[in-house]
Amino acid sequence: QAQRCYSSNRRKLVTMIPGDGIGPEISCSVQKIFAAAGAPIDWEEVDVTPVKGADGNFHLPQKVFDSMAVTEVGLKGPLATPVGKGHRSLNLALRKAFNLYANVRPCKSIEGFKTPYEAVDLVTIRENTEGEYSGIEHTIVDGVVQSIKLITEQASMRVAEYAFKYARDNNRNTVVAVHKANIMRMSDGLFLKCCRHVAGQNKDIKFKEMYLDTVCLNMVQDPTQFDVLVMPNLYGDILSDLCAGLIGGLGVTPSGNIGEDGAIFESVHGTAPDIAGKDLANPTALLLSAVMMLRYMNLGDYARRIETAALGVIRDGQILTGDLGGSSTCSQFTDEICRRVESIN
Amino acid sequence: AVEKFAKYGGRNTVTALTGDGVGPELLACVQKVFRFAGAPVVFEEVEVDANTSDSEYLNKALLSVGRNGVAIKGNIATNHDSSQVSMNVKLRTELDLFANVIRCKSLPGVSTRHGNIDMILIRENTEGEYTNLEHENVSGVIESLKIITEANSTKIAKYAFEYAKKYGRKKVTAVHKANIMKLGDGLFLNCCRNVSEDYPDIEFNDMIIDNASMQMVSRPQQFDVLVMPNLYGNILSNIATGLVGGSGVVGGVNIGEDYAVFEMGTRNTGMKLKGTNTANPTGLLLASCDMLDYLGHKKYGSLIREAVLNVLNEKRIHTPDLGGQSSTTDVIQAILDDIKPGTKA
Ligand SMILES: Nc1ncnc2c1ncn2[C@@H]1O[C@H](COP(=O)(O)OP(=O)(O)OP(=O)(O)O)[C@@H](O)[C@H]1O
Ligand SMILES: Nc1ncnc2c1ncn2[C@@H]1O[C@H](COP(=O)(O)OP(=O)(O)OP(=O)(O)O)[C@@H](O)[C@H]1O
Ligand SMILES: [Mg+2]
Ligand SMILES: [Mg+2]
Repeated sequence: QAQRCYSSNRRKLVTMIPGDGIGPEISCSVQKIFAAAGAPIDWEEVDVTPVKGADGNFHLPQKVFDSMAVTEVGLKGPLATPVGKGHRSLNLALRKAFNLYANVRPCKSIEGFKTPYEAVDLVTIRENTEGEYSGIEHTIVDGVVQSIKLITEQASMRVAEYAFKYARDNNRNTVVAVHKANIMRMSDGLFLKCCRHVAGQNKDIKFKEMYLDTVCLNMVQDPTQFDVLVMPNLYGDILSDLCAGLIGGLGVTPSGNIGEDGAIFESVHGTAPDIAGKDLANPTALLLSAVMMLRYMNLGDYARRIETAALGVIRDGQILTGDLGGSSTCSQFTDEICRRVESIN
Repeated sequence: AVEKFAKYGGRNTVTALTGDGVGPELLACVQKVFRFAGAPVVFEEVEVDANTSDSEYLNKALLSVGRNGVAIKGNIATNHDSSQVSMNVKLRTELDLFANVIRCKSLPGVSTRHGNIDMILIRENTEGEYTNLEHENVSGVIESLKIITEANSTKIAKYAFEYAKKYGRKKVTAVHKANIMKLGDGLFLNCCRNVSEDYPDIEFNDMIIDNASMQMVSRPQQFDVLVMPNLYGNILSNIATGLVGGSGVVGGVNIGEDYAVFEMGTRNTGMKLKGTNTANPTGLLLASCDMLDYLGHKKYGSLIREAVLNVLNEKRIHTPDLGGQSSTTDVIQAILDDIKPGTKA
């Protein structure tokens, strides 16, 4: 995999997909905060509304591909997936288009935002391209459906390798492989075998394997025992949302999709049509995703300053959006973060 | 009245399937308490564990349960690196124990993060991801089949609504991933919907599994009865069990038209606790009380259940998993002491 080098004095171009609903508001908030922090990022905004191709099917517009080919990094707001309009989820299309094979979600308790769980600090890494999401299903006979889960050595190795690399790059100690190989002996067995193999080549990081059910049980009892978790697609889908729940939900959880041809960082919450355009949205999830992006681009210092400013505002509890229990607008919350980020060095 | 289960001298014979880990010692606890309380049950012990995986032992177990109709069981460990199909799964499918039922209810004596939880989790127990249909198409590519049938989905949905009706429950929630597995989980969801129409007094809703997992840790009180395919049942049962105090305090049953096998709610083996006299006997004891009810010995069921809950909630004699310092033996002795005043010769 190519080593990405970003020299700190050169400005970098990032593809920005503002998205639908509250997307434009929270994207704008992130851009303002980045400007206040002096982050060396220029944004290239692209619209991903599908266009009808010559074959009659809907496709992502060429502009996205052109932009990502240059930038290799994207930041994305929520996208509305029109129901039953003949095209698949756009999120899925983007994942496929850029080979985004690993979904990474850090879940860290936010001081000042009370939930029943404290001091959570873990990361879920989900295989993003196969498993139960192969989309291959058929009715064998009337009333009997078969869905295929696909596990390959190549994809399992790739995500396992990423998990260990992530652990090392982010000063984390332990990788847990989550599986159900007692039931799905061959498929989850293969995933596990790949994790073991990669673990053998990364002896500086501790490796453990655990059953999915035991992880669920232990997670809600004591999430602080977990560090980095790596798993097949469906388990990752479920566990990443479960873990987001521990720290207060999707409104504050960042996410990154790491691929072979680039990376896209995104907020995982929906478009929130009920509050769109009203300046009420909480930009935290997208902002923390953008912070992840800065770290990925080796701009860790800007990441640290922005993160400190945002978490500081939440911790102090004076200026908060409605979903965090406050009564401030998105703009007021954003302005306060900008004010603070300027004074942090 | 016609007796459903054969009695000899007024006593029912029940198969005790020993299992691994803490299984044998916890079954011994149940027997001790039953003997002391004078519960009219005779145990027929059948040794099944990780070392007895050949068909001879399985047949012995099946014969015994087939004869007695009712069993209580320790969990059998599965070596996931071998090609052996899980004995637990074989037993469930051979006996067609199509439903797994567990109740997760907050216990006043156990301090947890969430209060006022009282939910019933009803899980399809024989198909889905647990069908053991896997193969390697080409080297490094494994296909695993998940089977959903209309017959079994309808059966489990009916079971859930009948359960809700019988126990005065208000709402049934179907959990699925029909947005991705449109045919398979879609079929399951449709069956639940169809069945729900026959129960206009019971509210019906559905929830996607990742959201359900997040809701579990943020607002578990919203759930009443849940019905779900096999793997999601495994996941949510473990989350819910974790929320009310862990696998030591929840009992469960696998039930079919003809047979019932009672065991710990989350079907754990507890290998590490084996022989340490620290396992929590509460879950299996509560399961054994449900077994007494099922056999028609409600008086004994209530007598023992009251003692178990009194020791847990009032006297607060707790094993280490609940933060206590008492041993398994201490807990059992306290339960016997509690039963004493209530026993009538
Ligand atoms: N960033 C945010 N700030 C404040 N509230 C939010 C935010 N994101 C979501 N919400 C709130 O959470 C709730 C769920 O919104 P969300 O958009 O995720 O719904 P959804 O049905 O999943 O939408 P979609 O169909 O776009 O996925 C809404 O009430 C919304 O207002
Ligand atoms: N009867 C019990 N009392 C108290 N704790 C239990 C009991 N049974 C299981 N546990 C605990 O619940 C957790 C999950 O149990 P389970 O047996 O599935 O774990 P495991 O991952 O298989 O590990 P092991 O079996 O080696 O302990 C463990 O922490 C275990 O110690
Ligand atoms: Mg999800
Ligand atoms: Mg959504």
